Amino acid sequence: MKVKVNGKEAYFTTSGREIDQSQPTIVFVHGSGLTHVTWVLQTRYFAFHGFNTIAVDLPGHGDSEGPPLKTIEEMADWMASLLNALEINKTSYVGHSQGCLVGLEFAYRYADKLDLLVLINGSLSMKMNPELLQLALDKNHKAVDLMMDWVHGPLGQVGGHPVPGLSHIGMGNQLVSANNHGTLGIDFSACDQYENGERAALSITRPTLCIIGKHDRMTPKKVGIELAKKINNSQQVIIEDSGHMSILETASETKNLLKKFFKENS
Amino acid sequence: MADPKTFKFNTKTLHSGHQPDKNYGSRAVPIYQTTSYLFQDTDHAAALFNLEEGGHIYSRISNPTVAVLEERVAALEGGSAAIATASGMSAMMLSLLTICSAGDHIVASSQLYGGSFNLLRLTLPRFGIETTFVKPRDLEGFKNAIRPNTKCIFGELIGNPGIEIMNLPEVSKIAKKAGIPVIIDGTFNTPYLCNLFDLGADIIVHSLTKWMAGHGTSMGGCIVEKGDFDWKQGSKFPTMTEPYEGYHGLSFAEEFGPAAFTMRARAEGMRDFGPSMSPTNAFNILIGIETLSLRMDRHISNTAIMVEYLSSNENVTWVNHPSLPDHPDHAVAKKLMPNGQGSMIAFGIKGGREAGQAFINAMKLTSHLANVGDAKSLVIHPASTTHSQMDKKSLELAGLTDDMIRFSVGLEDMEDIINDFDNGFRASQKPRLVASR
Repeated sequence: MKVKVNGKEAYFTTSGREIDQSQPTIVFVHGSGLTHVTWVLQTRYFAFHGFNTIAVDLPGHGDSEGPPLKTIEEMADWMASLLNALEINKTSYVGHSQGCLVGLEFAYRYADKLDLLVLINGSLSMKMNPELLQLALDKNHKAVDLMMDWVHGPLGQVGGHPVPGLSHIGMGNQLVSANNHGTLGIDFSACDQYENGERAALSITRPTLCIIGKHDRMTPKKVGIELAKKINNSQQVIIEDSGHMSILETASETKNLLKKFFKENS
Repeated sequence: MADPKTFKFNTKTLHSGHQPDKNYGSRAVPIYQTTSYLFQDTDHAAALFNLEEGGHIYSRISNPTVAVLEERVAALEGGSAAIATASGMSAMMLSLLTICSAGDHIVASSQLYGGSFNLLRLTLPRFGIETTFVKPRDLEGFKNAIRPNTKCIFGELIGNPGIEIMNLPEVSKIAKKAGIPVIIDGTFNTPYLCNLFDLGADIIVHSLTKWMAGHGTSMGGCIVEKGDFDWKQGSKFPTMTEPYEGYHGLSFAEEFGPAAFTMRARAEGMRDFGPSMSPTNAFNILIGIETLSLRMDRHISNTAIMVEYLSSNENVTWVNHPSLPDHPDHAVAKKLMPNGQGSMIAFGIKGGREAGQAFINAMKLTSHLANVGDAKSLVIHPASTTHSQMDKKSLELAGLTDDMIRFSVGLEDMEDIINDFDNGFRASQKPRLVASR
């Protein structure tokens, strides 16, 4: 689906369902250089079980019109504008990686719009390796290759995708390569510059679930735990077999954690 | 900055797609010889049926042993996803029927395996899908053959049996301009000799029966999707973009992005047509793939020996292999496949059809059969066997002559194969000598 946000076309998927204003809504926000496709093994379940699911392509990603937004704060504001455009007053928010930073800032700026919060493979800040950042800014494909190495844990590296026949690295490579026309570098730069994470985390009062990958090398377990500790009313779960891509590497386990969290807190 | 530490080719042939079994620690891929899989509860069953989560329902659709093979081939090709099928022909059929419907059109190379040619020429037209054949070197021909209803270009990088090389990068440019995908049969090259995606293919199909499995034991095919074709351009690919009633309005391109083609092929094609691979065949093919690199190196070095032997043999009128400088596609073949141009040789035998039959009948070590890519050396006379269902015009279009012997070079000591061939050539010339008296 497409809707105009700030005069630009914004793309999101609802898993083919109409938005029903009587149902609770969950927005899903992807990580750096990625798109809504990363959420398919979570969104389809909720879309068919009583929720509106809105998995977005941030500006300049996937099928959303550019340019990409340069700061996490702008992305949080864009999310609020998107919700306004869809006439959704309150939503739960599920973010992955960079989407967690956007979620923190969204919670800080738009607390009145937030119901439940889930932060997957997140942290309070995401300082980037300077060389990786420069490669991405230069649109060098090596940035994608390095990312595919670092984001996948042992399970993702060897394979064993939950969906028969899909390749973790092959899928990831295509998704990020499609956004390596400058968007990936801008995303990395936005993550690198974001400094309001701790203040935002401390401001959150809504129930929050932090999902952490034991083998995460992008946002290691200890920074995931640190994030969870800063949020009152939060719970943390560490997934044994997961790297940084819990939503795909351990898709069913992640979905089941979301199911349990939403059931307990709805 | 250090290079990424993701697995390299040989490691992938041994490991990709397989996590050692947690229950028993089995290091080899277990053969899951089962038709179906227990659901945890009704909620889980419903989620699997509605593609809300990954997993197995019924082995016609997917199977854990077959899934390891699919992921391994996807990793070797650098694709986003793969789907294994019962044979190479079913992979080809499934790839075409995933995007083509009645009223659609295909542009195909005229140099194809006989079965592929007949599927396009005789069978698909019965379902309203027409094909225009173009000689693989005729780039202008490919361009001119494309119509508004053309859904893809289909070809083989190394044509069978004429061994013409398709200039894939150039054909790919034509397809991209027309907004259609290129589907390439990569059976003869395997991912070891070249990466077809890097050369411009969008979808690869394989007969895994051949070099990938490598031992002539098991039938199997595979489709591999690169994942960057834009199905959403215009309205040309409704099976990819339009809501599909069979899955509650699912748009495959929207939901599965780089794996849209594979997901549609599995969700619809495996469900409705059912060309599933048996788990035992998947296991056998996986064992074969473990030694793909080692075997391909030997295939290529043995091919060089046999090309030299045949080229200097007085009973041979012509030798066709892309490594030869006089092959019309020598330069492009070297460029596209620098590590070897395949292990198929075609040659003409002095004395024509009768001499060819005598040669084949005299073979003791080299096997006369309808297969290629075995560890064992194989020969066949295409005009009377694999391509015998083609009419004279089609044979000419495919570059087939009566004197042609197709030779799939195996892994034996070539000295022994040369002894076998020497005997065969002696036998082949006897009728002619008798006739001339």
